[in-house]
Amino acid sequence: MSSSKPTLETTFCGISCLNPFWLASAPPTNCGEQVMRAFDAGWGGAVWKTIGEPITNVSSRYSSIDWEGRRMMGFNNIELISDRPIEVNLREIAEVKRRYPKHVVIASLMVESKRESWHDIVQRAEDAGADGLELNFGCPHGMSERGMGSAVGQVPEYCEQITGWVKEKARTPVIVKLTPNISDIRIPARAAKRGGADALSAINTINSITGIDLDTFQPNPNVDGKSSHGGYCGPAVKPIALNMVQQIQADAGSVLPLSGIGGIGGWRDVAEFILLGCSTVQVCTAAMHYGYRIVEDMQDGLLNWMSEKGFATLEDFRGLSLPNVREWKQLNLNYQIVARIHEDLCIGCQLCYTACWDGAHQCIHLDRTSPVLDTTRTPAMVEVEAARRISSTPIPKLDTGSARTISAVTPLERIPRVDEHHCVGCNLCSLVCPVENCITMERIDKGISAESWEQRVAKGMVPSGASGVMSTNT
Amino acid sequence: MSERVPFPEQIAATSKVAERFGDLHPPLDRQAAVPEANRCLYCFDAPCTNACPTHIDVPRFIKKIASGNLSGSARTILDANILGASCSRACPVEVLCEGACVMHRYNKQPIQIARLQRFAMDALYDSGAPLPFEPGAETGLSVALVGAGPASLACAAELRRRGIRADLYDARPLPGGLNTYGVAEYKLPLVESLREIEMLAQLGVDFHFETRIDAAGLAELEQKHHAVFLGIGLGAIHKLGVAGERLPGVTNALDLIAGYKSGSLTTVPNRVVVVGAGNTAIDAAIAAVRLGAIDVHIVYRRGPEQMSAFTFEYEHAKNEGVKFLWHVQPTGIRGSRAVEGIELTKLDSTDDGSIVPQEGSEFVLEADLIVLSIGQATHSGFLSEYPGEFGKIQAERGRIVIDRETGQTSNPKFFAGGDCTNGGREVVDAVADGKRAGVSIAAWLEAQHVIV
Repeated sequence: MSSSKPTLETTFCGISCLNPFWLASAPPTNCGEQVMRAFDAGWGGAVWKTIGEPITNVSSRYSSIDWEGRRMMGFNNIELISDRPIEVNLREIAEVKRRYPKHVVIASLMVESKRESWHDIVQRAEDAGADGLELNFGCPHGMSERGMGSAVGQVPEYCEQITGWVKEKARTPVIVKLTPNISDIRIPARAAKRGGADALSAINTINSITGIDLDTFQPNPNVDGKSSHGGYCGPAVKPIALNMVQQIQADAGSVLPLSGIGGIGGWRDVAEFILLGCSTVQVCTAAMHYGYRIVEDMQDGLLNWMSEKGFATLEDFRGLSLPNVREWKQLNLNYQIVARIHEDLCIGCQLCYTACWDGAHQCIHLDRTSPVLDTTRTPAMVEVEAARRISSTPIPKLDTGSARTISAVTPLERIPRVDEHHCVGCNLCSLVCPVENCITMERIDKGISAESWEQRVAKGMVPSGASGVMSTNT
Repeated sequence: MSERVPFPEQIAATSKVAERFGDLHPPLDRQAAVPEANRCLYCFDAPCTNACPTHIDVPRFIKKIASGNLSGSARTILDANILGASCSRACPVEVLCEGACVMHRYNKQPIQIARLQRFAMDALYDSGAPLPFEPGAETGLSVALVGAGPASLACAAELRRRGIRADLYDARPLPGGLNTYGVAEYKLPLVESLREIEMLAQLGVDFHFETRIDAAGLAELEQKHHAVFLGIGLGAIHKLGVAGERLPGVTNALDLIAGYKSGSLTTVPNRVVVVGAGNTAIDAAIAAVRLGAIDVHIVYRRGPEQMSAFTFEYEHAKNEGVKFLWHVQPTGIRGSRAVEGIELTKLDSTDDGSIVPQEGSEFVLEADLIVLSIGQATHSGFLSEYPGEFGKIQAERGRIVIDRETGQTSNPKFFAGGDCTNGGREVVDAVADGKRAGVSIAAWLEAQHVIV
């Protein structure tokens, strides 16, 4: 354990940061007043909402996915870059930097694909005092139709060329923000690196239609009865973002300092992005949902976790999980686990039973009270038996005379049984079980050493299959 | 048939009295119902379904609330329990479905099944959609149902869905029996009971009100119909058998509840004593509080452990300010022209479990109104005089004896269910009895009238 108190201070492609928590370029960074309030709340940096030729927005422009009673698990927008004049934005950037010299202000930029236009905006942003530049090559809606945003990010040549133009002029670090709306994130990442980018940020929003109103048949968000594809973000996209972050970090041609973006709302998310190699993170949806104040727990929680783990700085754990992400062919085929149901914790809901039968490999049974183990009885047969019994089933209150019908102990007949010889260790039952630690996956020691598919191919035990086909995951 | 007035419109507009009886469990709104529905685990072969006397497929209707399929949810409920709305309010769910919820074993609050059921049923009624069932093709068969309480209503629904005529006869002016007249207003408002029964009229159930059936009437019904269902409930509340019982100011719990629900009783005097400690006694005592009494006592000859009221009903009464006197027996009622007090004697329990009066322990509890709630008599007596064609209808201790799975009595043409067979249980038990009998009557009739 480190004896000194851990710190969140860090450096990102040469830019000193009070902490790794930045607000992403979006509505929460629309103006100076907002950014200053965010800094007061504890954010270490802000990527200013993209500056360019002012646009006109539509209304409405946001929509969201609710999930099981929780709001905004997925969020979607068709809002464009800043609708305020470039001069106003730059004046406010200068004002923020004057008042908050230690906080990071990154200017997000998007102009037409002309060398002079880029040179001009780079010069003006840096003159205003921006600590760095983020090139918005990711905006998937509206701007791409004008040949900007993801229209650039999806074409490696443009990506490389524009990065190059910016680098000709820039004195501050250049961050290229990548779009996920592409088959392989490493291709634009490599292009940006070739163009001379100092850092990357990923991911921008994902093309989406969040849903259709079943009364009016109008897609969301509704703009006078019509809609358009928008950018998807929020908690729902985090797994996709983590995968793309890992791909960039594991690829020698792409790897650069990386600012992670995508579904980050709390310190756990931040820790995960840093474990996969990110140096800073950018947050938007969570701040739009709950306000700037969420950064307090991000700081507090991350510092507490670092203390527990003995990490003094972010660099101490940055990228630690990268070696644990492998290609499938390198995984140990001889590792075997089976499900074990802990009867003392089982509440008898039997979700594992139906999940195993319908969703997995038919290895869980309801036959604890039967003298002979029966692996052939299907859930449908059990249900029919129950239905036949039900009209004469005793009513607990009336027929046992006890007011309290439930005992703490689950009846044996309600506790499912795992057939360990057939269990494939897929894990589904433990995922659906609502009780913590009730179903654990236990390792079966088969007494044989680890062996991967790659090793089996090398030994000539199995054919290697087609070669030369590029897997998207390799 | 002349233009009939819907049942809920046959009662006077909400009286001021009813306003004092706000919901015991307020309804859920969508923002609360959907997360609660999602909390349901969707158990396989769910214990809550087993614990419900009508065996509503609880996880199924709850998951339909979560998905926004409210009409499907209501249909799932009604399919098992045609009085799903009343039951969602009147059921002692703490000892039924919610009592069986597996969440108890996880030290969590059980799913609020009753409030979710009410949410689905309210949504159906508010949508104005008709009952999601249609009467079956007419078979030409007909069944008379005596009493229009929950058992008969459930039975009639099953019969109509199978194309069998259902003629309900009831002595009261409105249908529903105890649902309409006997369940405390803060649990089940009278208008809600009627709103639900109104939907049954769409199935083509024929109602005959203010018709009392005696032995001769029953013989007539047997002639006119292919089968008869007896859902006659229980009779009058027992008397104490002490001096002064005929004084003005002595009433019984059922009359008190029916009185305030129908608007004929709007106030009670300051001091009220309720004799008995069952769930009905609790309802009456709370009603007295809400009707303006200052001092309400429940007197019971045994202790709290022996009372038949559920624990949560007892707690509710205490919260409403009802005071309890245990181990006392009424020995007389005082008063010259009206009730002035009740004479009580303290009781001791002996080693053999019996209770004996304590000598010299007599005292008087002043009261302006005494409400008796010491059990109900049966009124199946007239059946013994009944000159049946197939034989007598057997009864034991006043309860009609039935086969539990079919509801058939010793006279095969007669079926029965509800309080007259079980001595007084919950609404949902009566519905379950009626449902089983309806299904069985149809099967029995089919066997009797096979079309060759």
